[in-house]
Amino acid sequence: MQVPAPIEYARATSVADAVGLLERLGEEARIIAGGHSLLPMMKLRLATPEYLVDINDLHDDLSYIEEDGDVVRIGAMTRHRELLESELLWTMFPIFRDAERVIADPPVRNRGTLGGALCQADPSEDLSSVCTTLDAVCVIQGSSGTREVPMDEFHHGPYQTAVGHAEMLVEVRIPVRRHGGSAYLKVDRRAGDWAVVAAGAAIWLEGGLITDARVGLAAVGPNTTGIPEVSDALRGRPPEEDVFAEAGRLAAAGCNPVTDPRGTEAYKRHLADELTRRTLRIAAARAAGRTA
Amino acid sequence: MEVSITVNDALVSRDVEARMLLVHFLRDELGLTGTHWGCDTTNCGACVVLYDGEPVKSCTVLAPMADGHDVRTVEHLEVDGVLDPVQRGFMECHGLQCGFCTPGMLLTARALLDRDPDPAEHTIREAISGQICRCTGYATIVRSVRWAAEHPEAEHPEAGHPEAGHGDAVREDAVPEELP
Repeated sequence: MQVPAPIEYARATSVADAVGLLERLGEEARIIAGGHSLLPMMKLRLATPEYLVDINDLHDDLSYIEEDGDVVRIGAMTRHRELLESELLWTMFPIFRDAERVIADPPVRNRGTLGGALCQADPSEDLSSVCTTLDAVCVIQGSSGTREVPMDEFHHGPYQTAVGHAEMLVEVRIPVRRHGGSAYLKVDRRAGDWAVVAAGAAIWLEGGLITDARVGLAAVGPNTTGIPEVSDALRGRPPEEDVFAEAGRLAAAGCNPVTDPRGTEAYKRHLADELTRRTLRIAAARAAGRTA
Repeated sequence: MEVSITVNDALVSRDVEARMLLVHFLRDELGLTGTHWGCDTTNCGACVVLYDGEPVKSCTVLAPMADGHDVRTVEHLEVDGVLDPVQRGFMECHGLQCGFCTPGMLLTARALLDRDPDPAEHTIREAISGQICRCTGYATIVRSVRWAAEHPEAEHPEAGHPEAGHGDAVREDAVPEELP
């Protein structure tokens, strides 16, 4: 029987309360949101917090997806299912629905949250790749207020993020830019599994040329990998197959996969290449208002 | 710690360790062994219960997290001897063989039909995609859920069916006015 080690449990009634509890309980305290990454790790003793601060009572306050001027704001407690079913996200950032369709399975998606996924910071986790692709900004709250950290600086290593001990990720902000399209594809061994490799792409077009593009890969390095070289190579070019092929080659060369039971390094580089091309193709078609 | 959960419409309180998982709370504290305890790793879905109305894997929820919430288990589907249409569907279409995945499958089917009374096959397959069945190959499970969709008023096992039609368990007046 797999059960977590003995723990103390407390429920937070507000973000301030959660931060206060973390400060009071010390380094061995940890937030639990959906718990669908943390509890399995606790069963295996890969995570051994002594205290859990349950923030599920904050769901009503921190579950939202709303357009606000030039950003879409998403509450950290928004559950996978809510992201999957959001028409606003499907219209503005279809990459979310692409990814959510292949994240775990429906019962897991009923519990897991955006904030939990990002803060867990598993290198194979999909939403980190999505948020990196979309150049999202994370809003982190501590006792002295909030601060903003771009996704490119959010990860500090596998399972390590910019969120300090007595801090909590409360919101993710996605910049809204015109004439954009996005897409996500994942290769996994079976339905609901972690990615062998996954890729997200976003592309912005104007006058038939790429004004900007971003690619975010999952499961090919210590953290989700944004590849600036791909963006540099795509800007100012037409959204055509040979351009995407060059992006794929750069992605394959720029990532850092390791051989493991999911695949060899060479196979993963091949996937990084192919998935980068395919997601760029779909994203470009969506940006142009076509079906890929 | 004291945990109070509404389980199958009854508020139950138990003093348990904070690390106790909901599946063990249901099975060991309440004796509701219809909820099966399978892989322990959030994969197989044998432990699926309805948590505030939606399917959730109860091996991946701490009992204290469920405090104040509504949990429904397979024991809740049958009311006074009247089977839920999804239970009837699994009987009619051979939706089970060994039965280990069945409680979770039934609850997911119930939640699906509550949201979408006429689901397409691919919708059913998506809904049960987090639950593993090693016997049926899923085809008969999908058929069973379709049967339930097509027979939302299914009241009780038909006369002549084994185990049905006798005894006091099946009563016409026990049929809820509005089936879920």
